[in-house]
Amino acid sequence: MSVLEYKNLSVTYPGGVEALKNVSFEIEKGEFIVVVGLSGAGKSTLLRATNRLVDATGGEVLFNNQDITKVNKRELRDIRSDIGMIFQSFNLIKRSSVFRNVMAGRASHLPTWRNLLGIYPEHDKDIVFNSLDRVNILEKAFARADELSGGQQQRVGIARALAQEPQVMLADEPVASLDPPTSHMVMKDLQNINRELGITVIVNLHFIDLAKEYGERIIGLNNGELVFDGPAEATDKETFEMIYGRSITAEEEIGRDSSVI
Amino acid sequence: MIVVSSNSNFDVSKIPRPNKSLKRNWTIGLLIAFAFLVYSARNTGFNFNTVADGLPDFFRLIRQMYPPKWATFPSLIEPFIETIQIAIVGTFIGAVIAIPVSLLAANTVNKNNKLYLVSKFIMNLIRTVPRILYAAVFVAAVGIGPFPGVIALIFFSLAIVAKLTSESLEAIDTGPIEAIETSGANKLEVILYSVVPQIAPSYISYSLYVFEVNIRTSTVLGLVGAGGIGQTLMTSLNLFMYQRAATIIVATFALVIIIDLVSTKLRERLI
Repeated sequence: MSVLEYKNLSVTYPGGVEALKNVSFEIEKGEFIVVVGLSGAGKSTLLRATNRLVDATGGEVLFNNQDITKVNKRELRDIRSDIGMIFQSFNLIKRSSVFRNVMAGRASHLPTWRNLLGIYPEHDKDIVFNSLDRVNILEKAFARADELSGGQQQRVGIARALAQEPQVMLADEPVASLDPPTSHMVMKDLQNINRELGITVIVNLHFIDLAKEYGERIIGLNNGELVFDGPAEATDKETFEMIYGRSITAEEEIGRDSSVI
Repeated sequence: MIVVSSNSNFDVSKIPRPNKSLKRNWTIGLLIAFAFLVYSARNTGFNFNTVADGLPDFFRLIRQMYPPKWATFPSLIEPFIETIQIAIVGTFIGAVIAIPVSLLAANTVNKNNKLYLVSKFIMNLIRTVPRILYAAVFVAAVGIGPFPGVIALIFFSLAIVAKLTSESLEAIDTGPIEAIETSGANKLEVILYSVVPQIAPSYISYSLYVFEVNIRTSTVLGLVGAGGIGQTLMTSLNLFMYQRAATIIVATFALVIIIDLVSTKLRERLI
């Protein structure tokens, strides 16, 4: 059964920009999907329409057969707690501890009074520490988030999303502000949670070599339209040139994984 | 040697310059402002002769005040404590009410545009009324004493803390807000985890600053009958107890300086 299904999804922004035009495809549980395309192709809009950070102007987004575009606020919060998201700029609360940042991802599972008083059940603390352990950053649990390097901050971002115990993880350009070795490390973290926990992962990338290396299935967007959908093995230089609508430049490659021992 | 040569095939007079009328408008504006200043000075009866004539009276008053009579100090302790208490209670209650108001009046937190504009309007409305006017009105309404003073300071603290905090709130990083929203948390939880840590140091700093101002204000609130040391000062002056008045003035000066120093130090530590 598909965990996500996009049916003729269209998003037109108030300014008149058509970010997505009639996009339709399905995502099976446990897939690792990489969405590629030039900046402005609609990658971000696709992810943000998935948890309704932007509203669809046409079509449907079905999450476990529930249309996200039509649910009420209460239902939307329930669906959102099943979908984790990580960001290019990490979006951590810089002045708070790593522990509190990750606990924030747990907030939707706890009664509001517990969040207010900061009295957390042992079970939820366990989830927080386990999430941090899974991205190898447990020893930083009580450091302030702004003391961490970019790569470490992004792993805290992943841990925060993991603490939600989500079915789907959205990653919007998660490595765009990281150096190549760190980028590979973050991509491997995402690969691990996909393989070991069975979480469906959707990543936006503009590096085609990363896309090929980590993606199982590639979705190509060009100017708001779905122009490619297929297994990563089936892609080659021509495929990406078709998606990008131009020849590939050095900027579209991040380089080999120098951290491999 | 480098020579900036002058193959002058340009004409300086052709380079566009700002409009000449701008200079004329400035001249006219300044003339009008000066005329108004002269008119106002005449209307208020201000002239330097009057100031000079008044100086002897002023020095006589100073002589009568000197030396301050420190023996009267014990009788001043109670009104001083009342002054500080008015400031503490007024600041605290005002700053607490300012929390929801500032959240409603910040477009980063409150996405409901109508509610946002209404909150901003009310906030600005409260701020337009001068403190001493609040005190005078509440003295008329509930009678002489510290209570109307506290109410006046609540309004003042609320207005200033809410104004400054809401402006800081509009400048916070909205990334974390989005991150917590997408995790399915409710509004209160979003504020708790992503807004509070970002704004808390500024909010506390603003509250301390307003407390400083309130200490100063509460020393004069008594002039309109709203309790505290100001009321004692008024009485002393009316009864020609100038040495006692001098004691009050010196002690007030010391109190304000001490509170300012402590508060400034605390605020430095926050940011």
